[in-house]
Amino acid sequence: MTKLDIQDIRKQFPILDSVIHGKPLAYFDNAATTHKPNRVVNKVKEVYETLNSNIHRGVHHLSNLATVAHEEARIKVQKFINAAHSHEVIFTSGATASINMLANSFGDTYIEEGDEIIISTMEHHSNIVPWQMICKRKKAVLKVIPIDENGDLIIEELDNLLSPKTKLVAVAYVSNALGTINPIEDIIRKTHANNSLIMIDASQAVHHFKVDVQALDCDFLVFSGHKIYGPTGTGALYGKEKYLNEMEPWQGGGEMIKSVSFEETTYNELPFKFEAGTPNIAGAIGLGEAIDFVSELGVENIHAYEDEVLKYATEQFLKIPGMRIIGTAKKKASVISFLVGDIHPFDMGTMLDKLGLAVRTGHHCAQPVMDFYKIPGTLRASFAVYNTKEEVDRLVEGISKVAMLFG
Amino acid sequence: MTIKEIQDEIVEEFSAFDEWMDKYAYLIELGNDLEPYNDDYRVEQNILEGCQSKVWLHAWMEDGKVFYMGDSDAIIVKGIVALMIRALSGQSPNDILDSDLSFIDEVGLKDHLSPTRSNGLVAMIKQMRLFAIAFKAKQA
Repeated sequence: MTKLDIQDIRKQFPILDSVIHGKPLAYFDNAATTHKPNRVVNKVKEVYETLNSNIHRGVHHLSNLATVAHEEARIKVQKFINAAHSHEVIFTSGATASINMLANSFGDTYIEEGDEIIISTMEHHSNIVPWQMICKRKKAVLKVIPIDENGDLIIEELDNLLSPKTKLVAVAYVSNALGTINPIEDIIRKTHANNSLIMIDASQAVHHFKVDVQALDCDFLVFSGHKIYGPTGTGALYGKEKYLNEMEPWQGGGEMIKSVSFEETTYNELPFKFEAGTPNIAGAIGLGEAIDFVSELGVENIHAYEDEVLKYATEQFLKIPGMRIIGTAKKKASVISFLVGDIHPFDMGTMLDKLGLAVRTGHHCAQPVMDFYKIPGTLRASFAVYNTKEEVDRLVEGISKVAMLFG
Repeated sequence: MTIKEIQDEIVEEFSAFDEWMDKYAYLIELGNDLEPYNDDYRVEQNILEGCQSKVWLHAWMEDGKVFYMGDSDAIIVKGIVALMIRALSGQSPNDILDSDLSFIDEVGLKDHLSPTRSNGLVAMIKQMRLFAIAFKAKQA
């Protein structure tokens, strides 16, 4: 384990020097999106300045350069999640697109009337709605693993929910609204023992700790690039080769075909079968650079540091009178969802913003979680590698000050 | 008082605050002092739902004037609701439709009325005007 030089890391993020309403910015909305280091921004710029061309299509030099860089980025993603093959990595515009693609392709290929898909109460809307849509279309049934007061999955319930009709279990590795780290190995083991397949939404996980799809033996995994210091509009769907080969593509168009006639179209091989149209070439290459950034720091070093900040912040938060932390799971990652007294999250968030303190307010695209706790929403502070304990102190001071104002 | 005069009065009041904190403390006070919302009107059709906070709005006509009653679950939003009601309640439909509500900008609260804020306030202003249009049509 190496101790990270946080001040040095911060220098790579010029946006952190912003002044908001006359106050220095302290950014705690990293679970929504992280900032991008210079090297990622420069990489995207460099793509457009030096090798912009469409990929896989031209015989010309630039097209070849762009293709090579794009495929190198794919290999970076492959290595990052330790996929067996680079063609098991499908580039998408983000986790939402990945799940929609999977829901449609998986649904069209494997889901029959009366089949069942299992999600959990703590899912982000992006891991609820696409499954609802496909269930509606296929007359399939959506089942939900409940959570307890701490924000832990009631994992024993999964045993009751799994049935011979369960085709897929789709759950988050880490909850975006609560920070809960789910016992994903257990869930995978139970799912496979039931001969069902598993999809993991790793959007809140990949930048916090090592995710190894082969060690986990998960069938599908999705994440967004913009939450891991990469450009917006990037992300990936990982799937085991066997299933990706079997599955029908979702979107049709250029690039994803082998041959097209009006009578019949044969699809291209993996991963291109799932990548219709011109992809976000510069974005994917930028994502590759972000992965290099994370890998060079060492994801385990990032995890250790963020854990330290989370622990410190939790301790300091609990000293604030009226503080209620929503989500007190045993294992948590980089997220504190909270309420103070009866103060509406919008009111607190608005005032914190005036102090240069950027937090998220609302339901965090996880309304079922808010319904479970019978609250309209929460404030959420989420940490990245560039957050400091001094910033946490400012946040705690800000929350206390605002709480007094609302008295 | 005309809407213009009330707007000027509000701008005058807010000009006393140098610090944003004081301005918001005043908004909170206005929110707390807002006449309680009649729960009979706390129904689905009166909710203007933003992503961040909810606004309830009810309106009725009396002697050719439109009256509003409003509420919000967020106190800052409620303070702004109070300001809007103070400016528009008890005015004629035509005056309400002609009003420019420039005071919101002048007192530095424009941010809260941006469509991107999703706090229910933009929908509320639209709804206040729609009520005025509806009552005007009834009058005719």
